[in-house]
Amino acid sequence: MNSLTTYLFIAAALFIIGVFGLLQRRSLIGMLIAIELMLNAASVNFMAFNRFLAPDPVIGQVYALFIMGFAAAETAIALSIIIALFRWIHSINIEQARDLRG
Amino acid sequence: MTPLQNLFDPELLAQTAFAVVVTFTFAGALIAVLPRNILYNVLGLILCLTGVAGIFLYLGSAFIALMELLIYVGAICISIVFAIMLSRPLHLSLPKRHVPKVGGALGVALLVFGVLVTIISRTPWQPWQPAAERSRDWSVTTLGVYLLTRYDLVFEAMSIVLLVAILGAIIISGQSRKRSS
Repeated sequence: MNSLTTYLFIAAALFIIGVFGLLQRRSLIGMLIAIELMLNAASVNFMAFNRFLAPDPVIGQVYALFIMGFAAAETAIALSIIIALFRWIHSINIEQARDLRG
Repeated sequence: MTPLQNLFDPELLAQTAFAVVVTFTFAGALIAVLPRNILYNVLGLILCLTGVAGIFLYLGSAFIALMELLIYVGAICISIVFAIMLSRPLHLSLPKRHVPKVGGALGVALLVFGVLVTIISRTPWQPWQPAAERSRDWSVTTLGVYLLTRYDLVFEAMSIVLLVAILGAIIISGQSRKRSS
């Protein structure tokens, strides 16, 4: 509970669950959820390194906030693209999206 | 020490709570990935993020844990639910699960996990003693002061990325509505 490697193993397991979900899902929203899991694993890693190794307690929190802000931006963009795609092809299955032409 | 006192030993209590939090995280992550119904996935994501917020508490930052709950659970998960309601993918027929693809994904994930575990366990963490800390202050005030002075660039970059992303989201969904109607 109080060692760096515990948190690193937790983050690694969370990350590979995200990788598995990203490779296995075909629904775009499912892939988005898997990406959120991977971003959270990165966040846990930053906080753990900050807690146990870094000299400055602030920088890890700043980076965790940074990741959260980027995740929010990424979700907004991805969801609007998904809604546009659904209006266009009436599906959120990624294998049906074959056109790049608008 | 009597067994009852033993039960309320703070150290034991902390370890139990940590185990509960980690269980929440992994159970949520598995629910977020495995079921076919996309609404279950979102609920699993909420459970997992709550667990991660607990891990952040154990890492010493109550503020980041609160932000995790507020931003991820409160904003991101709810907006995913809104997108599901708007695009109604629940009514569509689910495609069959492809066994080779799931197997391949599992193989790749286990390979990555093996590499990560090897790296983590082979790295000599012991010589890396934590350097002398500049401050032991984890409070919100310190974080705010640093965010607006020393790490100003992070704050500005985050602001402009959020602005551009929200404008882009509005434009993309607005144009698609014009085109489809």
